[in-house]
Amino acid sequence: MDKATTYQKRVNASTQNLSAIRNFVSEHAKEQGFSAQKVADIQLAVDEAYTNIIKHAYNNDSEQVVIINLEFDDDKMIVTLTDHGIGFDVEKYKKPNLQKQIERKKGGGMGVYLMRKLMDEVTYHAKNRKNVLRMCKNKN
Amino acid sequence: MKNFKIDHRTKSGLEVLDLYGELDAHTASQLEDSLKRLINNQKCNIIVNFSELDYIASAGLGVFMAYIEDVRGIGGDIKLTNMNDKVYNVFDLLGFPTLYDILENESEAVEKFLNEN
Repeated sequence: MDKATTYQKRVNASTQNLSAIRNFVSEHAKEQGFSAQKVADIQLAVDEAYTNIIKHAYNNDSEQVVIINLEFDDDKMIVTLTDHGIGFDVEKYKKPNLQKQIERKKGGGMGVYLMRKLMDEVTYHAKNRKNVLRMCKNKN
Repeated sequence: MKNFKIDHRTKSGLEVLDLYGELDAHTASQLEDSLKRLINNQKCNIIVNFSELDYIASAGLGVFMAYIEDVRGIGGDIKLTNMNDKVYNVFDLLGFPTLYDILENESEAVEKFLNEN
């Protein structure tokens, strides 16, 4: 069996912590030998996921907590983000229609699309107000 | 915020915003404020220089989506310049290059504005 290395961080749901979370993720991914491009992809996917939790799961309530777990084995990295807020359906994503959003003067709605584009695998489980988003990135 | 900053200057009668650092859901409101201020003052020919911007998340792109119609509605445009590959890649993934002028440098943006007006 492969030996996995794991790291965990519990943080309050605040955009103030975005930069620290990006550093946490990129530091360990770099250390484990991921290429600069892959580190950038992982960093952005986690940023988008965490931002979605703050805005949609917790409605900007910074008292709430998000648990971020990083797991590395020989050929991949698995990031899981766990929250206890309102669940959202990552399966129902579609590519944002930029033209339409611009006409409606609307930003947003791009996070899930980016997460799926940037990571090799994205799954989401919501049960009893516990939401677990799992994203996987292959090393090669 | 420590990790993000915007400077405003003018060049050839155009407004230039220089972005520094990391633009994410925490810092995007600063960009929003700068753009709103320009629009309120009818300053609508805007160049945003990304040369010192290291990172962008979709919240940053969302600001450009939310205000481009207002700017174009008063006869102007927002042209984006000097992006590093990492930042450009995010704009590209979301299909921005077909709807926005993303240019190599400021001189190209200035020239484009002069040809349009």
